[in-house]
Amino acid sequence: MLSVEAITITMVIITFGIYTGIGWWSRVRDTSGFYVAGQNVPTVANGAAIAADWMSAASFISMAGLVAFLGFDGTIYLMGWTGGYVLLALLLAPYLRKFGKFTVPDFIGDRFYSSHARAVAAIATIFISLTYISGQMRGVGIVFSRYLQVDIIVGVLIGMAIVGFFALLGGMKGVTWTQAIQYFVIIIAFIIPAVAISLQLTGNPVPQLALTTSDIVDRLGQIQVDLGMTEYMAPFTDLSMLNVFMITLALMAGTAGLPHVIVRFYTVKSVRAARWSAVWAILFIALLYLTAPAVGAFAKYNLIQTIADKPLEEVQEIGWVNKWETTGLLQFDDKNDDGVINFSEGEGNEVAIDGDIIVLSTPEVANLAPFIIALVAAGGLAAALSTASGLLITMTSAVSHDIYYRIFNKQATERQRLRVGRITLLVALLIAAYVGVKPPGFAGEVVALAFGLGAASLFPVILLGIFDKRMNKEGAIAGILTGLIFTLVIIALILSESIFGTDGPILENFLGINAQGIGVVGMLLNFIVSFVVSRNTEAPPLHIQQLIEKVRAPEMDEDNEVAASEED
Amino acid sequence: MEKPDSIKTLDDKQTRYWKKNLRLISSLLAVWAVVGFGGGILFAVPLSNVPFFGVTLSYWIAQQGAIFVFIFLILIYAIRMDKLDKQYALEKKEENQHKSL
Repeated sequence: MLSVEAITITMVIITFGIYTGIGWWSRVRDTSGFYVAGQNVPTVANGAAIAADWMSAASFISMAGLVAFLGFDGTIYLMGWTGGYVLLALLLAPYLRKFGKFTVPDFIGDRFYSSHARAVAAIATIFISLTYISGQMRGVGIVFSRYLQVDIIVGVLIGMAIVGFFALLGGMKGVTWTQAIQYFVIIIAFIIPAVAISLQLTGNPVPQLALTTSDIVDRLGQIQVDLGMTEYMAPFTDLSMLNVFMITLALMAGTAGLPHVIVRFYTVKSVRAARWSAVWAILFIALLYLTAPAVGAFAKYNLIQTIADKPLEEVQEIGWVNKWETTGLLQFDDKNDDGVINFSEGEGNEVAIDGDIIVLSTPEVANLAPFIIALVAAGGLAAALSTASGLLITMTSAVSHDIYYRIFNKQATERQRLRVGRITLLVALLIAAYVGVKPPGFAGEVVALAFGLGAASLFPVILLGIFDKRMNKEGAIAGILTGLIFTLVIIALILSESIFGTDGPILENFLGINAQGIGVVGMLLNFIVSFVVSRNTEAPPLHIQQLIEKVRAPEMDEDNEVAASEED
Repeated sequence: MEKPDSIKTLDDKQTRYWKKNLRLISSLLAVWAVVGFGGGILFAVPLSNVPFFGVTLSYWIAQQGAIFVFIFLILIYAIRMDKLDKQYALEKKEENQHKSL
């Protein structure tokens, strides 16, 4: 009988072999293929790729765990990371596709007729992507440290090597097809254990329904109260209403402002296809997001049943407990020396559990077959890998295309640009790995900060660029800078403990809003500043206004053939 | 100030298309805000006394219900815009026929 670890490694090698094969089969050599896959990816495949690109280690590994510990307040991630698609599908995607550029800084640079605007947007892109990718590296590190039984730092380094290999291998086209396949690995790996645990606890094989129809959540609430934790379903026990509101909005606007997601809508062939890509994407994404609250609640229930008020020695003999203890992500501390585990919140709690291990340990806690445990590990890696490669491409194009080629060296050959891109990629990986080793929070929380930055910098100017004809370069640049700098400074002050090593946070919160929600304030400032500045400076040149009108006109005026061929 | 400050290139039909698009977007976003931020957050406390199958209504909206609504909104937008495109194409065709006559 093979050990869980052996099966896992085999599974990981097989799935990685498949990704490599696809990446090789669909590799590209020209820059258009590298950035936007030649704009001929089918809608459903693009939807699946968007979903995989989007659903990262944060969605797969972290989210259900965060929901398990936050209870009701976990809605910040559930609504925040799906509601943003409404903004994206209605307000941005169709017009950006119609505008027809390679990257987000490209749009901003052209729309605001300024290489300064382009540079500022490229810098915002780099900041957002770097923060985001750090969360992925941590996710990969956790998976490897558990299944190779190595330290998390070694795990992050292995992950770094693998992510780098895949990103160097192919451009956007390779990535698109690989991501479409990765989506199916991710979703299968997430759903199968959810179905199994749901059957086990409720007798209902549909976890999305079992969540509401069974009484598990109600019972979980009772047990939590008995153990001295907060009621599971009660709103605003972990976060204030203000913070839930702000964080949800920051994650939504951030979703719409994430450059690596936006760029996916350039890979389809028409505006209509961009709208339908969004439909497929939200469907694929929702499949996981509707399952996650069930996984969170069921896993928490199982976990409490397994360890709370049980003798410590007995628990430590359980296989999965033992293995997670060696990673340092699960720790027991028998403070009152009674040999029994007190699992609660606050003073008397004797369990330190990293939220990131909830999903990964679910199949083991529920005693599922080793094959499923291996599948979950492969799914977590697919999630981290697909997002990391999308982010790396976006970041690389921001540097090599938007900054190097469009600003510094307009005569650069494709070779030179690819070389600059690859160097950027390596530097980005090193920084991401460093932050992944010393993160200022869970994978999900680190990622949430990236969304705040996206909401505060790119989302408002893209939106105004489409819907406000009067918006000019002065307004856009002032807006992005205000939003980005304000948000970065406040985040740094609130997280000063882990960033600068101060004794406590320099700033507890900003008017009651915490670091994850601060992006909304940055976003509002961005809107206000860009509006005021633009109204007091010259209107944009006429050819730019004409361009905006063109983006608003129906698609068929621009390209009758495309529209006609899709009518059938 | 001889130079015009703004320019308009869209014809009547295109302007109408854009206005209809804007109206559709605003009404869908209103639903988005009311369900997500109203039902899921601002009115979560009173709604947590309302049972919904085995859970409370506010818990269900916040963790699942809103997501169903989001899917629905994006789907409606895609369908309605397809219709709007078709309508526009028809009008355009009629116009061209008039011209060629």
